Amino acid sequence: MNKVLMSGNNVIAEAGIRAGCRFYAGYPITPQNELTEYMAEHMRNAEGGVFIQSESEVAAINMIAGSSATGVRVMTSSSSPGISLKQEGISSMAACELPGIIVNIMRGGPGLGNIRPAQGDYFQATRGGGHGDYRTIVIAPATCQELADLTMDAFDLADKYRTPVMILADGMMGQMMEPVIFKKPKPRQYPEKFMLRGAGTGKSKFIRGLLLDPIDSEEHNWKLARKYEVITKNEILHEEHRVDDADLVIVAYGTAARIAKGAIKRLRDHGMKVGLFRPITLWPFPELKLRALSAKIKNYLVFEMSTGQMLEDVRLALQGYANIEFHGRPGGAVPTPAELANVVAKIYDKKD
Amino acid sequence: MAKIVFKHPQSLKENIYHYCPGCGHSIVHRLVAEVIDEMGIRGITIGVPPAGCAVLAYNYFDVDMIEAPHGRGPAMASAIKRCLPDRVVFSYQGDGDLAAIGIAESLHAANRGENITVIFINNAVYGMTGGQMAPTTLLSQRTTTSPAGRKKELDGHPVKVSEIFSQLGGTTYIERCSVSSPAGVNKTKKAIRKAFQCQIDGLGFSMVEILSLCPTNWKMSSIDSCKWIDDVLSKEYPPGIYKDNIAEAKKTAEAAP
Repeated sequence: MNKVLMSGNNVIAEAGIRAGCRFYAGYPITPQNELTEYMAEHMRNAEGGVFIQSESEVAAINMIAGSSATGVRVMTSSSSPGISLKQEGISSMAACELPGIIVNIMRGGPGLGNIRPAQGDYFQATRGGGHGDYRTIVIAPATCQELADLTMDAFDLADKYRTPVMILADGMMGQMMEPVIFKKPKPRQYPEKFMLRGAGTGKSKFIRGLLLDPIDSEEHNWKLARKYEVITKNEILHEEHRVDDADLVIVAYGTAARIAKGAIKRLRDHGMKVGLFRPITLWPFPELKLRALSAKIKNYLVFEMSTGQMLEDVRLALQGYANIEFHGRPGGAVPTPAELANVVAKIYDKKD
Repeated sequence: MAKIVFKHPQSLKENIYHYCPGCGHSIVHRLVAEVIDEMGIRGITIGVPPAGCAVLAYNYFDVDMIEAPHGRGPAMASAIKRCLPDRVVFSYQGDGDLAAIGIAESLHAANRGENITVIFINNAVYGMTGGQMAPTTLLSQRTTTSPAGRKKELDGHPVKVSEIFSQLGGTTYIERCSVSSPAGVNKTKKAIRKAFQCQIDGLGFSMVEILSLCPTNWKMSSIDSCKWIDDVLSKEYPPGIYKDNIAEAKKTAEAAP
């Protein structure tokens, strides 16, 4: 397959369709509109493809839940304020164990915020977001190629664990264009017994999250918790970049990690040994990988386009065994690699 | 040879209803199940119960069902039907579910002309949560959240769902019935059958609004509740056919290449 030049939003949509997504529902919101528009244009050409422009993000998430129940691969997308609206349905999908992909192309917040790239939804994404004891797998790509590969993988993960999976990117990732090669999707493995397609001549089924008996409900919660443990053990993704000889490691994901790579190049040109630890799955967080790194590297700078959210996970991972500094630009402000390099250089000079 | 004239519908499980004595849900469940049996569509029917008293409808209907969050039934039903166009998909909703929290999902599913059927129970109160004011509560009707009676200045007016939905281009068949009398029950069953037939024929959105009893929260006997529907509730919400474009929709469908 040849390389194609596409914007991040279009890459996600195309990867979804190639992975067999045949139902998409969404509501317009910047900076992710190109994804919805791409689905409108291309889903109608995919066999069995359904596109619905929903009346709200609330409707969209419930539409994908319904469609997922019938056994179709499903996706919805939005940006920060719209993702807040989807939380009801995400919680419900987690409870009912319905696979599905939710794309959040983050923008500045809180509230309506602005339409610039930001990373302020980390807590919402990695802590479940909606009500109740649940988690969603959260994947944070940093290149258009990763958007293509990881979107496809996200469908397999959602099926494997019967759980909603979130692609967490930002306005920068959604809007930027890069050359991409789409890999061949794996054949789908999703047993028919989980699909609701009419009882036929057999026994009827129901899918529900309501468990009025607290003991039943408790068992369901523990069942989900056991599933999340398996995910935590098996599905962690991260990247280590130039850490082998590093004295200081930047911890960043998504767009922030790209900026960090630019900063690291500048810093290394000036003789400063700086590396990058990039979580790719934000939940499960690569906690043990980061802790292992702290055996030899004692200085970390968490860099986020927020006031410091992943920072808490880094603290939990390092458990006080290393020094942690933070640099953040919230609200849609995107720093340059040079700005970050200056910040890192000051810390680098002061480090032990 | 004895002839069976009355039996337990096949599409209804043998479970005992959790509904209060005199509740209209029990009647409507049975009617829907009888229609499903008579039309022979049990195996291809998918139901979407609401949040509200009927949240446990999957304990009673012996068809495939999936629970929707409060008000979202028609969004879910729309998607299920789009993915499985040859199945019969219905959403079962109360007045809070349809006319308050889920008005957007319900109205837009209707307006898109989704080929689904909505069974809409209007009993003018929130039943499951203990009798609070619903969007369909009558003016001056006392509820736990309108203790001095619903006031139009503060609480707005009763929402007339059938009247509103019949104005939407996407709707094909809308009828309001009542289960307050044997004649009303028979009429309701006919309307449900007609609505399902409308869907099976691929003619678009159908809804049956059913004025239903809630003796517990109305604090009335069952008999007084029936009387209240006939004398009071049905004056605000007159039963009747609000839209019937079935013949027209059939012609259009037949003319299509």
